[in-house]
Amino acid sequence: MTETVASKPEGTSPWGRRLVVAVPYLWLLVLFLTPFLIVLKISFSNKVVAQPPYEPQLDLAGGWQAVKDFFAGLSLDNYYAIFEYTENIEAYFSSLKIAATATILMLLIAYPMAYAMARAPKTIRPTLVMAVILPFWTSLLIRVYAWIGILDREGLLNASLQWLGIIDEPLEILHTEIAVYIGMVYSYLPFMVLPLYASLEKLDETLLEAAADLGCPPWKSFWQVTVPLSLPGVIAGCFLVFIPAVGEFVIPELLGGSGTYMIGQALYAEFFPNLNWPGACAIAVLLLLVLVVPIAIYQNVQTKEIEGRA
Amino acid sequence: MTKGLSKINLTALTFGFAFLYLPIVLLVIYSFNASRLVTVWGGFSTKWYVELWNNQQLIDAALRSVQVGLVSATVATVLGTMAAIVLVRMGRFPGRTLFSGMIYAPLVMPDIITGLSMLLLFVAMDLSRGMFTLMLAHITFSMCYVAIVVQSRLLTFDRSLEEAALDLGCPPAKTFFVVTLPIILPAVISGWMLAFSLSIDDAVISQFATGPGASTLPIEIFSAVRRGVSPQMNAVCTILIAIVTTGVIIASIATKRAEVARMREERAAMAGR
Repeated sequence: MTETVASKPEGTSPWGRRLVVAVPYLWLLVLFLTPFLIVLKISFSNKVVAQPPYEPQLDLAGGWQAVKDFFAGLSLDNYYAIFEYTENIEAYFSSLKIAATATILMLLIAYPMAYAMARAPKTIRPTLVMAVILPFWTSLLIRVYAWIGILDREGLLNASLQWLGIIDEPLEILHTEIAVYIGMVYSYLPFMVLPLYASLEKLDETLLEAAADLGCPPWKSFWQVTVPLSLPGVIAGCFLVFIPAVGEFVIPELLGGSGTYMIGQALYAEFFPNLNWPGACAIAVLLLLVLVVPIAIYQNVQTKEIEGRA
Repeated sequence: MTKGLSKINLTALTFGFAFLYLPIVLLVIYSFNASRLVTVWGGFSTKWYVELWNNQQLIDAALRSVQVGLVSATVATVLGTMAAIVLVRMGRFPGRTLFSGMIYAPLVMPDIITGLSMLLLFVAMDLSRGMFTLMLAHITFSMCYVAIVVQSRLLTFDRSLEEAALDLGCPPAKTFFVVTLPIILPAVISGWMLAFSLSIDDAVISQFATGPGASTLPIEIFSAVRRGVSPQMNAVCTILIAIVTTGVIIASIATKRAEVARMREERAAMAGR
């Protein structure tokens, strides 16, 4: 498809074309990009007891002097404060660790599932895809809540294990790291399965047949043919789950304990109970800086995928 | 390879789907438990649903959620469809990279950052927080999902029908409504449903975007869940699961039928009948 054809329909009326671009563009500029600039600005401000609880305020009516005063009032104090307060630094590291571990666990669980789905008879594949997507339509909150009832000290898991006589004392799973991993794997699994399935389904089976004809054992052709060819799906899936998992708030808040304090919780605690808006903004900026590399890689993969199809 | 499923594959699927569905099934079963204790089955009862019916605060929150969901899903579908057209049909224009960045970023952005930044925008704009700001926030994050869904349909679509209409002198706007929209309609509808369910499920962003007296159902559920498991919450969750599941299944059957009918028509048209 050439460029001239691609831009033809809307190209015939430049004003209509401009309107179609401008409306969503402006919406996102005002409601998505501007808020981040505000977060950046407030992260350099100071906490005060006032409404809104930060200063300096930019007062454009005050002229050039006011603008100079405003910039003089900004500081890096909130960022120093993060590094001085070890709990927040630990929250960053534990977020990265938990998200990375959960991503690997998901890959290990999702790969066999996606593989089996791609090998299933063609007629039932759409149903299987639908079955993977369906739980994702129910709220994350509900899915996490369902696990509280299972993992609780008096929950269903402990009750059935005790009933079976496997354990005498109830296991402490809720409010531990294990519970957070279970919650993350459970909540994000469809995001891992679907990209993997998409790349495994496209896989040309004649390649495997060729390998088999040449005497390659199945496990070897799996490692040397299937796995390398599904790598785009692996990469897409990993980033798609890793990035939101780092900033996850609901899962560690409901399933985690003192050992799983994540950065999203630190941000929430700074903002709501402590009313430290500049501090919360500094945490958000640092979190974004941590995520910017994976987000850029993910977008790159995504754009290539789209342009490859177009 | 496609002669059915090997044992390993079958095991992987069984365990995978058991893991995905068992917790939800248990939650639904225990919403009909007469006992207040989670682990003790005290017989079948619908008393938690009755109790729910009398919980005015929760019902108000639910109605608010539905209102916000309907409005924001509809606006998000319009904006998201426009964004998808921009991504697929507009070729290169200044600021395209920034635009596609702003479409993809919200999909992976942690909720807590989106929520915080939205709240600060509303404070800076001096908007008092409530239903209106809640809708603005929901439209913004869900339009990007709509854009992705519609975009993938636009990419696999036969342009010759559109081009035929244009060649015959149909104005571009009319071509869109008469030719393009009916073809991409299934994707637009599933985009709307996705936007609606995202809106009605969101707790974190809403907590930042709303103000006093305008809490939504997920906010109420979240604060109740923090206090622990209760059979009443199981009942709320069961109702939500039932609504979502029915909606998704009906929609997928409907889109499948529409798809089949459309393909038949297209084939008939091509055959010159």
